[in-house]
This record gives sequence, C-alpha cells and structure tokens, in this order.
Amino acid sequence: MWTNTRTGWGCISIVLHWLSALAIIGLFALGWWMTDLGYYDDWYNLAPWWHRGIGVLLLLATLGRLVWRLLQPAPVGRGHRLERLAAHVGHVLLYGLMLLVLISGYLISTAEGKGIDVFGWFEAPAVLFGLPNQASLAGLIHWYAALVLIVLSAGHALAAIKHHLFDRNDVLVRMIFPRYTRRR
Amino acid sequence: MMFKKTVMSAAIAAAALVPLAQAQAAEYQIDSEGQHAFVQFKISHLGYSYILGSFEDFSGSFQYDPDNVGDSSASVEVDVTSLTTNHAERDKHIKSADFLDASEYPTATFTTTGFESTGDGEGVLTGDLSLHGETREIDMPVTLLGKGEDPWGGYRAGFEGSTTLTLSEFDIDMSKFPEVMHELELYVTFEGLRQ
Repeated sequence: MWTNTRTGWGCISIVLHWLSALAIIGLFALGWWMTDLGYYDDWYNLAPWWHRGIGVLLLLATLGRLVWRLLQPAPVGRGHRLERLAAHVGHVLLYGLMLLVLISGYLISTAEGKGIDVFGWFEAPAVLFGLPNQASLAGLIHWYAALVLIVLSAGHALAAIKHHLFDRNDVLVRMIFPRYTRRR
Repeated sequence: MMFKKTVMSAAIAAAALVPLAQAQAAEYQIDSEGQHAFVQFKISHLGYSYILGSFEDFSGSFQYDPDNVGDSSASVEVDVTSLTTNHAERDKHIKSADFLDASEYPTATFTTTGFESTGDGEGVLTGDLSLHGETREIDMPVTLLGKGEDPWGGYRAGFEGSTTLTLSEFDIDMSKFPEVMHELELYVTFEGLRQ
C-alpha cells in the first residue's frame, strides 16, 4: 500500500509524483509570468515569494523522493527492450533536470550569502555563494533547464497516454492507484 | 685614469638626471589587490531612500605629477558583472537586459581626455565613460586626499571623485521609474601605488 513492489507504485511514490507534477507546472507558469511583472505590480514581490518558498519545498521533496526511489523496488517496465531503455533514460533525465532547475534556482537567491525564507516557517541557508556573477549565471541555467524540463515532461505525459490508449498496459494507472502493488 | 674620469662624469651626469626623471609624471597602479579602491553608486529608491551599490572588480592606473598636474590622466576598467547591492536577485535584475545588460556589455571603461586644476589638490577630470555600449564625455571633480610613503616601502597617492550620471544618456531606460531614479551618483576613491 505505502511501499512499491515490482508490479506497482505505493502511495508515497504516487503522492510524491503527482505533487511534483503539480508543483513543476505551477512553478513554471508562475516563473514565466512573474519575470515580466512591472515594478509597480501588486505581485512584484509576492509572486517571487511564493516561487522561492514552493521551490525550496519541492527541492526537499525531490531529494526525499530520490532516496525513496533508490531504496524501494520499482515496477517493471513495459514494452520492447529499446522502449524500456528509452523510458529509463527519460526518467533519469527528468530527475536530473528537476535537480538542476531546483538547485540553480536556489543558487540565484542565495548567491550573496543570504538564505531563503520559506513562508516564515524556516530559512534555507546559503551554502554556495559568492561565485563570480553567480546569480546571473544560475539564472541562465535555471531558465533553460526549466524549458527543457517542461518539454521533457510533456513527452513523459504523452508517453503515458500512449501506453494507456494504444498499448493498453498499466503504466499510467499504476501511477494513479496503489492497488497494483498487491497484484501478482 | 682617463677612463676612470669618464666613468665618474657619466655617473655624475646620470645622477643629475634622476631628480628630473622623478619630476616627470609618475605612473601609479590603482591598488585593487589591496582593496584600497572603491567604485560605488548611489541611486534613489522611489524617492524614499537610496540604494547603495558597488563594483567589486576593476583595475586601472593613473599618471600624476604634483609639479605638473595638468598632465594628470587616468584609465579605469570595471567588470560590470561584479556589481553588488547586497541583494542577489536585485543584482541579477540590474545586470539583466532591463538595465545594464552585463552579458552583452561586461566591461565599463573610463579614459581621461583632460584635467583642469581648480585649486590646491583639486581639479576636474574630463574623460570618456563607456557603459552599456554607449560612450559619453563626463566631468568628474576629484580631490587629492593624501600622498606619501606607506609602511611597506611603497609610495602612494589617493584621490576621491564623484559625478552624476544621467542614465538615459547611456541608453538605460528608467522611464518606468520616478524622475528621481533617472540619474545616479557615481563615487570613486582609490589609492595608487607608484610604479
């Protein structure tokens, strides 16, 4: 139920997956919109406040998710050998890009040694700062990596729909319902 | 004997030249390494307070001769990407294409074209400032703060100067901000180490 098996994803993996999906799409849209806000816009300070806070929480969740993914079994892939290999490479890229986008974003705000306040709950401390032109360079990486992540996520979603509608296998539904963990 | 005399007179002649050489404009290297130099700016924030910032990386040199100040000159090169106002996201914004466009114009330079003395240890430097891809002639009143030997065997001279820059002259668009933010004050102070 909570944990994964070779046949399905447990609740923890499922919740982390869909929360990440929601947060990534939300943060991408928010980031795109807020960087065009004028200085006098009501959201000029508030939008980045949400973006930073959610970003730090997602970074922590993603680190936990990766640990969970490595500790837990994963359901076996479906399709041809080549298809399974492509899926595996795609998933590794998705994890890598998520880390790249989240860490580069964190490195923008903490570039001069100040931590990030997360909704007044706690402060994410700066650990790597003072590199030459850090905020600008991290910002460049943040933007392009986010673009690639969104495109790759769209491909990921299309692949899941293909598995469900055309291959008629359980790849999509087992990421929705934890009951597939019990099936043998 | 004859040979010795020639050597002697050559030595005397050479020694006589030394004070002359010293009287000529000496080259000073701005002490960026020892961080006895600052390039700072001050710009209004909405008319309510000021944002203070500085450029951390720059280098330069100047020619200065107390007996002939009219020949003074200076040239400074500033790394625009080293701008800091103690706020990472603001610095990223200031360096973005919205303002300084530091990735396109990473270097600002100032080269003097003239110097006019206005009194003892005071004068106005005129020179070309290149910033954001635009070069404009600016005047900067400068003051000699002090000069003399330092404790480590060197000889130093230090100055300060400031001027007001109108940002639109450097093609920096401040039209979305209040009038008071359309210009800024540039302040420099530097110590030169005589070479």
